[in-house]
Amino acid sequence: MKKPTIGVLALQGAIEEHISMTKLAFKEMGVEGSVQLVKTVGEVNAVHGLIIPGGESTVMGRLSSVNQTLQAVKQRIYDGMPILGTCAGLILLARKVYDRVLGETPQPILGVMDVVVERNAFGRQKESFEAELEIPTIGDKKFPGVFIRAPAIREVGPQVKVLSKLGKIAVAAQQGKMIGTAFHPELTEDTRIHQLLINMMMDTYL
Amino acid sequence: MISLVAAIKQSGSLRYSELEGFEVRHGTVLVKRGFAHMQKHGVIMDVTSVEQAQIAEEAGAVAVMVLDKLPYDVRKAGGVARTASVKAIEEIMDHVTIPVMAKCRIGHTYEAKVLEAMGVDMIDESEVLMPADEERHIWKWDFTTPFVCGARDLGEALRRIEEGASMIRTKGEPGTGNVAEAVRHIRMVNDEIRRIKALYESGDQQELIRAARELRVSYELVVETGRLGRLPVVNFAAGGIATPADAALMMSLGCDGIFVGSGIFKSEDPLERAQAIVLATTFYDDPAKVAEAQEMVDEKKSMMGFDLKTLELKMQERGTA
Repeated sequence: MKKPTIGVLALQGAIEEHISMTKLAFKEMGVEGSVQLVKTVGEVNAVHGLIIPGGESTVMGRLSSVNQTLQAVKQRIYDGMPILGTCAGLILLARKVYDRVLGETPQPILGVMDVVVERNAFGRQKESFEAELEIPTIGDKKFPGVFIRAPAIREVGPQVKVLSKLGKIAVAAQQGKMIGTAFHPELTEDTRIHQLLINMMMDTYL
Repeated sequence: MISLVAAIKQSGSLRYSELEGFEVRHGTVLVKRGFAHMQKHGVIMDVTSVEQAQIAEEAGAVAVMVLDKLPYDVRKAGGVARTASVKAIEEIMDHVTIPVMAKCRIGHTYEAKVLEAMGVDMIDESEVLMPADEERHIWKWDFTTPFVCGARDLGEALRRIEEGASMIRTKGEPGTGNVAEAVRHIRMVNDEIRRIKALYESGDQQELIRAARELRVSYELVVETGRLGRLPVVNFAAGGIATPADAALMMSLGCDGIFVGSGIFKSEDPLERAQAIVLATTFYDDPAKVAEAQEMVDEKKSMMGFDLKTLELKMQERGTA
């Protein structure tokens, strides 16, 4: 394979933050990889792994359905491309989505991961929070969880492994090569979630 | 990873609570500035009613900003423009899933406290409304809710950050449909940042301290700006943006996203225009896409706007201290 390349879906949200985190993760792992902005179908098809950043899921969903990137991403996921979705990214991956206050509202999603996600599950911005999370898959050291108008995973299917919980609430999960987090690793300095994606990519394509 | 410069002052807004047996921290600098980072590459639209807010959400707005009157109408009406009514804001919060922001008067700590109590997601301490304190802005570190403030140059931007703003926007000249002032302001900020960056890279501490004195901000904040080569918080364009091409222009000048005030709901094609501005903001670096967006709107339906030379009220001159 060519130089392993992670793409960041660059329609809206914390795009640059994921780019610098992925670069840092490559550096810490000693892997020669590159990171690319992804906005079009051609660009979706040129990467070995994809990150859907935090932002507004309604905006990203609408923009990516306009130029067919949503369909292209879905196809790549079916073909086995590893993917990480953070916050809005988790919402786009989910099978079913509803808002805490408004219930089910129409919004384009990928619907590929067998989880049901509640949007704005912890309340509005003033309820946003930081918490130290246990994520056994990436080691004993706690992970700095940054939750911003965050969603929560309310139901998981049999294929889904819950990676982290806040009490009874699932906040990170994995199904095959898809990882979704309700929080924002891209706002921290801890690259372990990004390393998880890079490792999956290396296992898939090397 | 985001800049946490000056985070030492966050103690006023910190709030601890228990969630599912976990101790969680609200109102941290990371959570407040992080919220602004989630708006990046998006369009925040001014609205005055539930109907407009729903059109904005449908069109792909990343958030809505609630006002009593659009800036264009504030200009026409004159008098004292204040924060929107509680009922109007609450209704909008109950009808959209995207973040809801609202404006308060510069220096009006209690309008801001009301907005925070209501649970708006971000407060805009805005020159569009009549300032309540001519000398000083709100001390924003004491709020759990993040703030955005306008700025015409680097000094204003850094002074607002030092007071606790989690996000900056250009002031431009609101309600005019004329993008010229927003362009002037972002260019001014960019030029000054280039100078600070050069000083930082040359390691000239004496000149950096002199710059801090000129800008009337702390040395720490100037050094961080030089190190980053940009503002330490998210920086949007605002004030006079009326067309998709205006939005693309501001993005190309280095803005992180776009506020549209009167430009959408003072036009005669609000839904198409809102969709087109969202498209142009995301794909600003692809001229074919911007052209496609520009095709979605009709220039005959753009807001009329004002020539800046004939303006009696310059909102940008409010709250510059």
